[in-house]
Amino acid sequence: MDVSLKMDEPVAESLLDTTNQNIVSQPVDRVEGPLKVSGTARYSAEYKFPGLLHGVLVSAPMGKGRILKIDAGSIEKLPGIVTVITDYDTFLRNPAQGQDEEAPEQGVRDVSYFGQPVALVVGESFEAARHGAQRIALDMRPDEGRFDFAARKHMAEPKKRSRKAQGDLDAALAAAHATIDAIWTTPSQTSAAMEPHAGIAVWEDNKLTLYGSYQMLASDRLQLADALGLKPEQVRIVARYVGGGFGGKLGISAESVAAAVAAMRLNRPVRVVMTRQQVTEATVRRSNTEQRIRLGADAEGRLTAVAHETITANLDRSSFSEPASASTQFLYGGQARLFLNSIVRMDQLLSASMRAPGEAVGMLALECAMDELAETLGMDPVALRLRNIPARHPMDGLPFSSRSLAECLEIGARDFGWSDRDPRPAQRREGDWWIGVGMAAAARSNMLIKSSARVMLAPDGTAVVETDLTDIGTGSYTILAQITAELLGLPVSSVEVRLGDTDFPPSSGSGGSFGAASAGSSVYLACESLRQEIAEKLGIAPKDLVLTEGMARHGNVSRPLHEILSGPLTAIGTIEPGEMEEKFVQAGFGAHFCEVGVNAHSGEVRVRRMESTFAAGRILNEKTATSQCLGGMVFGIGAALTEDLMHDPRNGAIVNHDLAEYHVPVNADIPALKVRFLEERDEKANPLFAKGIGELGISGAGAAVANAIYNACGVRVRDYPITLDKLIEKLPPA
Amino acid sequence: MHITLSINGKDHELDLDPRTSVLDALRDHLDLIGTKKGCDHGQCGACTVLVNGRRINSCLTLAVMHEGDAITTIEGLGTPEALSPLQAAFVAHDGFQCGYCTPGQICSATGMLEEMRAGWPSHVSEDLLAAPDLSDAEISERMSGNLCRCSAYTNIVAAITEVAEARDEAV
Ligand code: FES
Ligand code: FES
Repeated sequence: MDVSLKMDEPVAESLLDTTNQNIVSQPVDRVEGPLKVSGTARYSAEYKFPGLLHGVLVSAPMGKGRILKIDAGSIEKLPGIVTVITDYDTFLRNPAQGQDEEAPEQGVRDVSYFGQPVALVVGESFEAARHGAQRIALDMRPDEGRFDFAARKHMAEPKKRSRKAQGDLDAALAAAHATIDAIWTTPSQTSAAMEPHAGIAVWEDNKLTLYGSYQMLASDRLQLADALGLKPEQVRIVARYVGGGFGGKLGISAESVAAAVAAMRLNRPVRVVMTRQQVTEATVRRSNTEQRIRLGADAEGRLTAVAHETITANLDRSSFSEPASASTQFLYGGQARLFLNSIVRMDQLLSASMRAPGEAVGMLALECAMDELAETLGMDPVALRLRNIPARHPMDGLPFSSRSLAECLEIGARDFGWSDRDPRPAQRREGDWWIGVGMAAAARSNMLIKSSARVMLAPDGTAVVETDLTDIGTGSYTILAQITAELLGLPVSSVEVRLGDTDFPPSSGSGGSFGAASAGSSVYLACESLRQEIAEKLGIAPKDLVLTEGMARHGNVSRPLHEILSGPLTAIGTIEPGEMEEKFVQAGFGAHFCEVGVNAHSGEVRVRRMESTFAAGRILNEKTATSQCLGGMVFGIGAALTEDLMHDPRNGAIVNHDLAEYHVPVNADIPALKVRFLEERDEKANPLFAKGIGELGISGAGAAVANAIYNACGVRVRDYPITLDKLIEKLPPA
Repeated sequence: MHITLSINGKDHELDLDPRTSVLDALRDHLDLIGTKKGCDHGQCGACTVLVNGRRINSCLTLAVMHEGDAITTIEGLGTPEALSPLQAAFVAHDGFQCGYCTPGQICSATGMLEEMRAGWPSHVSEDLLAAPDLSDAEISERMSGNLCRCSAYTNIVAAITEVAEARDEAV
């Protein structure tokens, strides 16, 4: 049966609270874990086909200009070269944004950024193709490029519909007892998933199968079909395991289109894997930002004015602009308000979503501004935040669906020992190190995206779940198995979850922290429908049905499923967003507490302790949810301390285009982090009562680090990342 | 070139382009896909394998240089049905998310524990001559050649510590 639910009303009761199987929420080990730790999980570049050819992309060697000639003849004679694929019209100028239903801008004769893929060298072996791609003669006419953000930022143009204003900001600031008016800058960042973008294209019977490394297969399929002039039915994407995404694989990128063009022309399967350098130069980045924050507060610390204006960068005709004020808009009160995003047009790779687009860098500014305001007011930073939690959304007056922010702040502060803190900077010294503590709130909007899943229950007490959702490390396989097991009364090991294939019902995909709740709800609905069918067969009301250990029970009667079912039962569940997201502000919340050491001589920063408390509705699996938060917190530490994708202002090249030079945190940078979840249920969000968790951990995390640095050594750095060179000259006498 | 590689205790005859790295030989020619390519430049550790018991980045070395060496990959440490203690501990502690860096982490940890047992000091060892202690700092330092962008570091250290402690007790 097909069942669907539009979230127009709160869900009165969740079956997850009544089935009592004690499976959902438990810290169940990842069901695909044994495959991953034994190296038997197959990622997209790892499928084997007879006659497989290897493609290596050719990158533009300049940041702006026009390709005059790509001379295939220059490498044709090298051993193992099959051909050079140039398709100036079809190749992508840049990747697609997540959820787009059309191809991104195509056409590569005109080069829009350094490293833009312009051709594909195809070889019988990877070694041959790589050699060809390095050697090929490419003639390009350079044009004047726009590479210097600092010199161009005065030309920023307001993004359409991004301006939101309320009250008289200037008057409120003028009347305020305390104000903050400062600019924070954050650099470009790269998702740097450990698995490079990779695709194998197989063209057979007028159908394309792409083994790809993408996050949102349903929309990726539409983008790819559109890019190639195919019908969506002619395209299938398979991505059973994805080696990390973090936003970098939301939309299709150059490798899949190039592989497909080659496979269709040559009638042989073609594999294209980006080099690490190409991933950095030619997929997507998080834009650098310049954020001006103005806060005004009365003598009691009540905010009266909040303004958050952001300048970002992007390619011509790309409208995405990092929404840095996303959570500033609802996190704290204050009557006078202003939010605005502007875009500077640059000839640099596409700016798009990276983990928590908006909050990830917006809260680096906002939560430091709040720290500065607390200091100006002589208030405790936790108390300042508690005082400013608004009753309703400060602009549109909507209530919150659920919000345990105060509890996170209070419990987090207590467990961390926040009350021991000396608010005066540079007071604590251990050997060569200044020690300090800092905190920040966390907030990340919650979303629901239309999503479908099929669940089949067999008489032998096994179930199969199918949806095109991906598991990019998020735990999708496991939580969907848990939800199914819980609702159908089966052990987790009796549920097989099949993901990552557009032959399955279309899902929300993985992104925006909405995968678990959206796809999980569709599985919930399918299971609910199966329960109803079983109840009907037994002639009882669904609420009287108990499914447990492969048996159906009602009253004192207990029967095995195979006695009740003559064949497999199948249901497709579909969840859709509805009025609940218009009537309520939905977000996850939390609080980060951090202790750092700052070396008194060198300015080196070490995170010594970090503890974060979160509330995001029902936690579907404590183990995988904890990992999601840990991952986010480490991204936050990276943003605070090391991550800085540098564009050369002279020629647009990315200076640090690999993992040796772009510094993601390593094991030694990270102490034993702690995560705690508070009990919460959100019946407005979805039938699981769960909210997104994948991006909550990063939101605010880096600000807690920055605030701890100030407390340690008395230096405020508003230009991220806070590297030692920005601290060393201002350190107190050693 | 025709060569014989000994991998996980078994000899494999291969006809390889001399430019083929150990990593590509494993992945593309032997379907030993557990060894991962994250950077191909010795910067991430995803390709870590054991050569004669020592951990190396298999992307940085050519297959033709390894005739006669004993190469151990993640597939040689355990199978889904029979996981090695470290593999099982990584599952139990959730020492991974996407799983792409994981085989490299586990091969690296396997070699690293042997290095510690042999008394090798690290950058954070207080005393270069004393037996290294099993502190978080020692393990983190020694595992820092293996990047994990999913950032499972806290759980990776917990998993390795559990295995190392169990083994020390057994000795
Ligand atoms: S692939 Fe060898 S170190 Fe990254
Ligand atoms: S588990 Fe994804 S990179 Fe380590």
